[in-house]
Amino acid sequence: MRSGKRLQKKLDKAFDGAVHAAYEDGLIRLTGTLSSWDQILKACRMAVSGDRTVHVVNDILLDGAEPLPVRVPSLSDKALDGETPDVLIIGGGISGCAIARELSRYDLSILLVDKEADFALQASGRNDGEVHVGVDLSKGSLKQKYVLLGNRMYGALCKELDVPFRRTGQVAAFTQVPLAPVIFLYVQWRRFHDGCTDARFRGKKWLEQNVPELDASARFAMVNELAGIVSPYELTIAMAENAAQNGAKLSLNTYVSGMKTEDGRITEVYTNRGTVRPDIVINAAGVFADDVAELAGDRFYSIHPRRGTDILQDVKSGHIVNKIDSIMTVNKAMLTSHTKGGGIMPTVHGNVLLGPDAVECREKEDYATYPESIRNVYEKQKRTVPKADPRDIITYFTGVRAPTFEEDFVLEWGRKCRNLYHVGGIQSPGLTSAPAFAADVAAAVAERLSETKPVVKKPDFDPYRRGIPHLRDMTPEERAAKIAENPDYGVIICRCEEISKGEILDALNSPYCPPTVDAVKKRVRPGMGRCQGGFCSPLVIQIIAEHEGIPLSDVRKSSAESVLLYGPSKGGAPHDED
Amino acid sequence: MTKTDVLVIGGGPAGLAAAIAANDAGADVLLIEREARLGGILKQCIHDGFGMVRFGEKLSGPEYAERFMDDFAARGIAARLLTFVTELKETPDGFTATVVSRDGVDTIKTKSIVLATGCRERTAKQVSIHGTRPAGVFTAGTAQHFINLLGQMPAKRCVILGSGDIGLIMARRLTLEGAEVLGVYEVKPTPSGLTRNIHQCLHDYDIPLHLSHTVTRVFGHDRLTGVEVAEVDGRMQPIPGTEQRLDCDALILSVGLIPENELAERLHVPLDPKTKGPLCNEDLMTDVPGVFSCGNALHVNDLVDYVSESGETAGRGAAAYAKASAGKGPGAAGTTLSAGDGVLYIVPQRIHDTAKAGKTTVYFRSRDAVEKSKFLIKDSTGTVVFEKIYPFLRPPEMERLELDFSGLGLSAGTALTAVIEEVSG
Repeated sequence: MRSGKRLQKKLDKAFDGAVHAAYEDGLIRLTGTLSSWDQILKACRMAVSGDRTVHVVNDILLDGAEPLPVRVPSLSDKALDGETPDVLIIGGGISGCAIARELSRYDLSILLVDKEADFALQASGRNDGEVHVGVDLSKGSLKQKYVLLGNRMYGALCKELDVPFRRTGQVAAFTQVPLAPVIFLYVQWRRFHDGCTDARFRGKKWLEQNVPELDASARFAMVNELAGIVSPYELTIAMAENAAQNGAKLSLNTYVSGMKTEDGRITEVYTNRGTVRPDIVINAAGVFADDVAELAGDRFYSIHPRRGTDILQDVKSGHIVNKIDSIMTVNKAMLTSHTKGGGIMPTVHGNVLLGPDAVECREKEDYATYPESIRNVYEKQKRTVPKADPRDIITYFTGVRAPTFEEDFVLEWGRKCRNLYHVGGIQSPGLTSAPAFAADVAAAVAERLSETKPVVKKPDFDPYRRGIPHLRDMTPEERAAKIAENPDYGVIICRCEEISKGEILDALNSPYCPPTVDAVKKRVRPGMGRCQGGFCSPLVIQIIAEHEGIPLSDVRKSSAESVLLYGPSKGGAPHDED
Repeated sequence: MTKTDVLVIGGGPAGLAAAIAANDAGADVLLIEREARLGGILKQCIHDGFGMVRFGEKLSGPEYAERFMDDFAARGIAARLLTFVTELKETPDGFTATVVSRDGVDTIKTKSIVLATGCRERTAKQVSIHGTRPAGVFTAGTAQHFINLLGQMPAKRCVILGSGDIGLIMARRLTLEGAEVLGVYEVKPTPSGLTRNIHQCLHDYDIPLHLSHTVTRVFGHDRLTGVEVAEVDGRMQPIPGTEQRLDCDALILSVGLIPENELAERLHVPLDPKTKGPLCNEDLMTDVPGVFSCGNALHVNDLVDYVSESGETAGRGAAAYAKASAGKGPGAAGTTLSAGDGVLYIVPQRIHDTAKAGKTTVYFRSRDAVEKSKFLIKDSTGTVVFEKIYPFLRPPEMERLELDFSGLGLSAGTALTAVIEEVSG
């Protein structure tokens, strides 16, 4: 193959013969040994072809490095042993949970598993929550197709699921006046060619009137009113809950360790909770999607982890920003980077969020934060909104994106494994796109299943999920009525976010809430405020222990190993009998 | 709807003292406390050393609080526990507070307010600690809550960052409970806590204190497995190459306290960036007439005795304000007192009436650890109007002065500046 030879020549030149490229059916496999992760990334990027269906598979070894272990839950039981669901979904992030919800419209048995102690614990819970408009995407990619569809679903979806969502609009401002005609044309192209119907070109005057928070250097901007913000983990949890409400079975702390395939079909899936025999498997494993694909002998793409760090500021600073703002400097680095460069935006809870950055990393679960990330994000966003003050920072967090080298979603049936559907390469705008592709994935799966058995939509599917009341947002009359109903709503546990004991108990009694400090925090927010749980965590631990009937020392932060308290001190424990 | 003259928010030592003083001054008082019991943070401070200034004896925190709680109860002052203030508003004839409790939502109409809301601890992220987010990172106050109120051990082998008093107290407490304290790391070249605590909590238990060191990173995915410590340079930045990993299961933080003034901010009370508490006059009235501040919400005190004292001042002021048909104007129009060279902060920052004879209590802290020094108050022309010599001054130790401003010969509206000048030789 001519292109094969050309690629090999390029690789030989760059890596001195250390990397070998082999064209297999529908993929380019790279093998060899290189001395750094950056070199491996460079080789893989070189191999990316113009054909979107041909993926780069990275089998290049990193010289001297051991393979990185996956963190797995310590739990081991037989809770799922012998289960024969119609559909097994691997991954409880936004993709897996959205698909579970869509599939629960059908009369099917659904099992969703995730290795973590809660839903949305990896990338889906560690991002900025922006509902994108797709201004950076061109026609022809799956990302572009689904971001447009997904964006427009958000209003109705979030109403059904009772999660906060707001269309704040997005402003991508520029400082370089000579670029104005180019950006003007770019906006028109996106608007009329790529379906970004809300894209508008706005000048300085409009910006001064409508986005006063922007730095004075902003001269003109591309503005999209359909951009919005959502709480990504709350949405994921709401989808999981609604799926469960409609009959889907959910199992956390459940790790898929292997699969048995026969004649190009998965027949058995091995987990730490027993062997499952599903008809169809959906691989929505995020950064581990290629590893799950490998278990089924169907790895035709590679995920290369990309870290992003976001900064969260106190609600006190909430007034400094109203839209999703960014000021772009057009340069070579911007044109080759794989992030829109982040921004500064409000959150649905009134905080300010800055970020993310984009740093390639080898480790798929590298959730650590680094001082340089914070510095870089802050310096950049302070240029956008000068009122941003680092003294208002209350926390920061890192998520790891799951891109393929082609930087597009992989949404298709297995190539070598017929009953496996891949939902891979899901990264930004994955959150926005998930509701849209989930519907298509569910339809494809239902159609496939209907070849062997009747598949009908359930007449009693209930799309509505009721969230936990936010007493803080109620009028005094509404609040008084709720407290009269349940006096626990009048006992404030988290002083920063004003969360009552009643709300915490509601979370613990919700359809699927792990009884952990972090799970409660994700659902009703105690500990999300400026004291970061300093005052309320002892109280939350006590409420969980009492609710579950367990000693305080059995309450965990998140995973089974995340011990908070070791048991009674020498002086004994007046409140705890263990 | 409930009506009162003085609404005290917070039932810790400052709030209790304020309520008692306002009641003694003849005002109708209501105290609001969000927790189930009065006493504030003293409830968990089971070590001794409280009350030396006020009572001349060493009491534990709960014992100290009990004295005030007894006085409070003997006077029959009204208190609402497990009650949380959700809103404060200024009205033409005073203020309204919206409170939430198991009984529902109530509105309280009051003529004056005493904010005795205490302080909170600075968190790991606020001192730029990086790495993972495992269980096992606790502020010292939270660790103290676990051990002293819940009887639960939060650590087996730990590192303490920050030599603030709670950190030092917790180093001793954890050691006594059988945990191993690898060391106390302090980013500054001098300790942040009281000298007596350095001796009684660290030296007596052979716990090393590492000055000019900080924790730069946390390790562990589930429970903390270690921390990275590093030496810092003169600008408190980690020096590359000095990093060292310590295996431990907990990081206890004592990296500073921040006055809680979120309620004050709702009333648009201006804050002093130096104290992070409201700007106040000699009655501890803020720039919003009728709103008073005291205790650790006003500025972080070193001794509870001074917390009680400021509570009494604020309580008296609030009672007088409520009784006067027309309140006196804000201190902002009068003489100002600001922290100049060498002074970390000074309270009060306004003197409403410099002509009135009588003592005004002034609290200040030195910015640096200095030997024999002059504390000077200068007027706007630079003329020294007050001078006092100190053998030494240390930032962890707050200084208290009684000054009769009427004797300084000041004209109204003077801008006074306090400075500290080291005396050579």
